[in-house]
Amino acid sequence: MTAKKELAVAALQNGTVIDHIPSSVLFDAVKILGIEKLNTHVTIGNNLNSKKLGQKGIIKVADVEFPEATLNRIALIAPSAVVNIIRDFEVVEKHQVQLPDTIVGIVKCGNPKCITNNEPMKTRFEVVDRENVTIRCHYCGHSVTNKEAQID
Amino acid sequence: MNSNSLVSISDISKEEILHLLENARYFEENPNHKILDGKVVATLFFEPSTRTRLSFETAVNRLGGRVIGFSDASTTSSSKGETLKDTIKMVSNYVDLIVMRHYLEGAARYATEVTDTPIINAGDGAHQHPTQTMLDLYSIYKTQGTLDNLTITMVGDLKYGRTVHSLLMAMQYFNPTFNFVACDELKMPAEYKEFCDQKGIKYTEHKDFSEEVINSSDIIYMTRVQRERFTDIMEYEKVKNLYNLHNAMLDNSKDNLRILHPLPRVTEIDQDVDDNPKAYYFQQAQNGLYARQAIICRALNIDIKEVQKS
Repeated sequence: MTAKKELAVAALQNGTVIDHIPSSVLFDAVKILGIEKLNTHVTIGNNLNSKKLGQKGIIKVADVEFPEATLNRIALIAPSAVVNIIRDFEVVEKHQVQLPDTIVGIVKCGNPKCITNNEPMKTRFEVVDRENVTIRCHYCGHSVTNKEAQID
Repeated sequence: MNSNSLVSISDISKEEILHLLENARYFEENPNHKILDGKVVATLFFEPSTRTRLSFETAVNRLGGRVIGFSDASTTSSSKGETLKDTIKMVSNYVDLIVMRHYLEGAARYATEVTDTPIINAGDGAHQHPTQTMLDLYSIYKTQGTLDNLTITMVGDLKYGRTVHSLLMAMQYFNPTFNFVACDELKMPAEYKEFCDQKGIKYTEHKDFSEEVINSSDIIYMTRVQRERFTDIMEYEKVKNLYNLHNAMLDNSKDNLRILHPLPRVTEIDQDVDDNPKAYYFQQAQNGLYARQAIICRALNIDIKEVQKS
């Protein structure tokens, strides 16, 4: 008998699968989506082979469908991520995440003199360049690309 | 959030800029006007800035309003750890307008989000200082009779100088030609050159503060080159005197040329320039009073035309 080479994870009956997350940001994505706080079945896989990305991460969450705005929060770090919504073992919806115009409370501003690093408040960034994924702090004007952005 | 707040010069349109300049001119002719009778203005200076604070307080006093505030945060509750939000909310209970200066960037924008009282940003760290920009615009407008089609030479620290950045942004409506004169370490950041490219604004960059550049200028905007901006002190020693202006350099300059400087100056403008009629930096500071009177009236929704009629 030959060993199966697939990942042994049970198919979801209902829930959400987020696929094609770059391995390097998988756990940031977990954090942004608040997955630690869920009590349903969660399967997280990382460093899986991917034709598109080389290595990828995947998150499977049973019985939860996230609001679109929540899913789009990971677009900053994982613009390639694909969301699959599963109902009764069928993929009923599949789409790539979309970068919103403003990003509230995920990214820490890189400017130590920015008010957001000195007051108990949420950060707020505006997307100024979608192609290079560059965001600018609404308060101090400091710009960063998604690769440099620190996730709070 | 109060829509009459002024945090950044980019918050206001060309029409509003021109309207403020007209009103500044009115206040220059009529500086004393009891139109703020019964109004209280707070000047919250979390970072000391005597010049700016006195200018604002004079503006309020000449308009007949009253001022409360502080000139140094170490004497306030923020030294006990009070948040900016709480300080602003508390002061909002007492006053009609808050003028604030803060050492943190973005502080004024945040303040507008926690109160309905109008906020005027009197400088937030290295970020924005829109009333300085308005007084610069008023000084240019007054000395040239127009803001349109002027050649403006910016000299010195073009990298960190917030005044040159804000002036550049504000001039976008008026078809300027810029000369940027600076050493490599302090040259105009790429984002502002891209801004010029996007808006079709003509500019050239120079390392030499040459006669040719000076003689083509309608306005020379000088700034201070600060030693602490340099990573390499040798580099500072090399360039520190390259961007100094002496009277003899102005011999063949245009008659309408005026020299501006946000002050304080150190050595970048030699004292021998002070008596040249083209030196305008002291009057420029005085124009701050009128520009701020106009901005205060805007913040409080006071229509100067109505005032003129009465």
